[in-house]
Amino acid sequence: MAQQLLDVKDLHTQFFTRDGVVHAVDGVTFHLEAGETLGLVGESGCGKSVTALSLMRLIPQPPGRITEGSIVFDGQDVLKMDDDEVRGIRGNNIAMIFQDPMTSLNPVLTISRQISEALELHLKMDKSEARKRTIELLDLVGIPSAKKRLDDYPHQFSGGMRQRVMIAMALSCNPKLILADEPTTALDVTIQAQILDLLKNLAREFRTAFILITHDLGVVAGMTQRIHVMYGGKIVEKADTAELFANPKMPYTWGLLRSIPRLDEHRKAKLVPIEGLPPDLIAPPPGCRFEPRCQYRRDVCKEKEPELKRIPNAKPDHEARCWGTQEGGWLVDTDWHREIGDTRVIEEIKKEVADLPAETKKDGEEPPLPPPSPVN
Amino acid sequence: MLRYVIRRLLLIIPTMFFVALITFSLAHLAPGSPFDRNENRPLPQEQLDKINRYYGIDQPIPVQFVDYIGNLLRGDLGLSFTRGRPVVDLIGQGIGTTAQLGVQALIVALAFSIPLGIVSALKQNTPLDYLSLLIATIGTTIPSFVTAIFLIYVLGASLHLLPFVGWGTWQHMVMPTFVLALAPGAFLTRITRASMLEAIRQDYVRTARAKGLREQSVIVGHALKNALIPVATIIGPATAGLITGSFIIESLFNVPGIGRLYVISINQRDYPMIMSTTLLYAFVIMIANITVDIVYGALDPRIKVS
Amino acid sequence: MATTAVSTRRQAAQHDLAARKQRSLWRDAVWRLFRNRAAIAGLAVIVFAAFVAIFAPIIAPYSPIQQNTPKQLMEPIWTRWFGSQFTDSGYLLGSDELGRDILTRLMYGTRVSLIVGFVPVAVIFVVGASIGMVSGYVGGWVDNLLMRFTDIIYAFPDLLFVIIIVATLRGTELGTAMDGLLLIFVALAIVNWVGLARLIRGQVLSLKHREFIEAARAIGATPVRIMIRHLFPNVLAPVIVSLAFAIPGAMLTEATLSFLGIGVRPPTPTWGAMINEGFIVFQATPWPVLLPAFCISIILLAFTFVGDGLRDALDPRMKI
Repeated sequence: MAQQLLDVKDLHTQFFTRDGVVHAVDGVTFHLEAGETLGLVGESGCGKSVTALSLMRLIPQPPGRITEGSIVFDGQDVLKMDDDEVRGIRGNNIAMIFQDPMTSLNPVLTISRQISEALELHLKMDKSEARKRTIELLDLVGIPSAKKRLDDYPHQFSGGMRQRVMIAMALSCNPKLILADEPTTALDVTIQAQILDLLKNLAREFRTAFILITHDLGVVAGMTQRIHVMYGGKIVEKADTAELFANPKMPYTWGLLRSIPRLDEHRKAKLVPIEGLPPDLIAPPPGCRFEPRCQYRRDVCKEKEPELKRIPNAKPDHEARCWGTQEGGWLVDTDWHREIGDTRVIEEIKKEVADLPAETKKDGEEPPLPPPSPVN
Repeated sequence: MLRYVIRRLLLIIPTMFFVALITFSLAHLAPGSPFDRNENRPLPQEQLDKINRYYGIDQPIPVQFVDYIGNLLRGDLGLSFTRGRPVVDLIGQGIGTTAQLGVQALIVALAFSIPLGIVSALKQNTPLDYLSLLIATIGTTIPSFVTAIFLIYVLGASLHLLPFVGWGTWQHMVMPTFVLALAPGAFLTRITRASMLEAIRQDYVRTARAKGLREQSVIVGHALKNALIPVATIIGPATAGLITGSFIIESLFNVPGIGRLYVISINQRDYPMIMSTTLLYAFVIMIANITVDIVYGALDPRIKVS
Repeated sequence: MATTAVSTRRQAAQHDLAARKQRSLWRDAVWRLFRNRAAIAGLAVIVFAAFVAIFAPIIAPYSPIQQNTPKQLMEPIWTRWFGSQFTDSGYLLGSDELGRDILTRLMYGTRVSLIVGFVPVAVIFVVGASIGMVSGYVGGWVDNLLMRFTDIIYAFPDLLFVIIIVATLRGTELGTAMDGLLLIFVALAIVNWVGLARLIRGQVLSLKHREFIEAARAIGATPVRIMIRHLFPNVLAPVIVSLAFAIPGAMLTEATLSFLGIGVRPPTPTWGAMINEGFIVFQATPWPVLLPAFCISIILLAFTFVGDGLRDALDPRMKI
């Protein structure tokens, strides 16, 4: 077997807060080959971003801590490195693009300073070399008249341009892996597609692997080879991108798909939200984490947690964490387009949420599902 | 930039005019002439008339005001009622000492408070942080004359480590400088801490870490540069604090500066002294505020000064 | 019929929820305040000081202005253990240069401090809040005037302005009324209402185009009603915090004025004046200065801790 670029096993990241321990990432296992692209999808607060930050050991500590697991990158366990070794990887072998380009660039430093910083540090370039390379990078990410804009400050750029700067920064040291955490969420819809295209093309050109983190299944559709769906700190479904869209095997994924407006469906499809609130990661449900919101639930879901397992009626590398779709389950042959589950259960879930005390509701103030965006 | 500075400097003129108007009106609301209320040195009537004529006090008040402004513009601040010397000379004599004391105190305040505030923020919720917060709270809360008294009692009167009357040697300067620095220093510490706490939570600090920079470069090169911008804005209030502090500190330690002179003038109702010194203070504070805005514009590229 | 019942019930439930939320905001704040140990300690000190101030004539052993010539400059009773010859069991905390009992004068001094803390702040609240609201909500010439006035006031340090007003007007009738207290009230109010008005103006400006105000306007609420019923409750939290800090500020100013000799007229006992008078005999005995200095420090710290506690409780996001 060829050596994998990234091999994450049983990763646990927890936050120790006054209210209790938040199990933000709770036993995540996945791998990535060199040059491969992966989508990590799920609602806000499901542990995607924490997973990405854990890979670079950027979890603020305290209150956060990686408590268990291993992250083997390029043959070395990141979790066993000392601080200097980790710094040698950050920005150099693994780079990250953050969600909000408005706040992720330092407002008081010129962009050339912010890009050359990493070049001088990791590639030991001197000032003029770094400057030259910065111009090349800005050209590469499509910033017009890069030479003139080199000494501008971030506020002189538009949101999309700033995200291009972030991409240039991420590419600067030719990393083997780029983590893109919701890179387009803060941008206008028209800009989103441009930025995604740019990311995809550059990654292909440089043979860089990337993990694209998003709440929007529509965004990953044309972008990545594989998709992992996360819910409540765990991966709940893994599949090839095409397989996942054609043959999803987890009611949560169904819910996500139902909430995307599709142009190719002629029926008057209504967007269906997932009822209920995301799970409380301090005291997660004992059974399946999605059970409290699942309209297909049975008693077993409440009692025992399903494992992430191979699924009948699916490609061999397709795995899901669901009692219903696993071998012998009651959802094996269910067509999720037609059967939307038990309406009585849906009403029940709605009622449970309505009965919750106001303060609990405030905690989960984010809408149960992110705003849908059109498939590009 | 230059045009902005010039415009700001020009704006001093109307503000100074109003300051002069207010002090002048207040001084003339005071009952009678300052001389006929001076019980210690009763003056014969004809001399009083002469003085009144000399100072123009027999003129109607608006005329007096116009004269007053005219004299101000010629640099004539009048004669001190109680000392019989030109106010300009008296201020000129004391201003060096006061400025020296103020600058020393400002340097001490900056030298202690900024590092303390930064360390306090980086070690948030540790005993060190609590200690510096406590010192800062005490420094901003307890009046400087009270701190001065405690210091005089312990270091001066009891232990005889430092002299506490007069001015001249460096030993004389230690206590006044530190006491004067305490209030602005404590305030600066709190601002620096709050501003640094805000900065280290920003996304761009995470970006800097993700680049693989050393923690030191992240803090100094990225967080601190942002955190110090709001700190610069308090140079204005700090100058005001140093000025009002100088009244008390100079009086307590018998420092021959204009602060002490001002307090004496107030007690003796020496209006030409009070009015001129007040105008001088207002002028200094306005200059300090303009400096703040210029420094602010220079530090923060998002602010376009124009 | 059935649907109406349901919708009525739902409305009632929503109303209840809103009420619960509103109540819990203030209840939360009170809970956070009472969990803050420093604030509670400060509150205890203030309650104690208020008690002393109110009952000073009953609990004080002497008259605050009665002089006792042979018993001048007695030292506190405990200095006996360190070999002081000049103590008298009649004077627990000693006596000043005129033989007046320091304990008595400290007790009466509490009165001036607290009055100076609260009365001008009440005036500042009324004036600052009304002008700030009108300035922010209505705008126009009130707003212009406020802004110009602020520009001038900001050119002075607060204390300097107070000193000028008090120093020049001390000889007038205003300056002699209530032993000079009235003038101090007036000076503090003139200088400090602007800050509060500016604070409220800013808050109102940011609130005035929010939906709930538009909604109130849409159903025909009068500007006065909107200001009092809708805007005011929403700016209350920062106002309370700002006033909580204005109280020790006013007390500090009074102490400074009295210390400089232009505060409340002697022989009325105030802590600042006691320090001023005691400083003349500081070389002989430090106690007439140290004791009031200690009292001032404690009461100011107490108010600051309560202010800090209130700020943290009402708006955790506020800085400094």
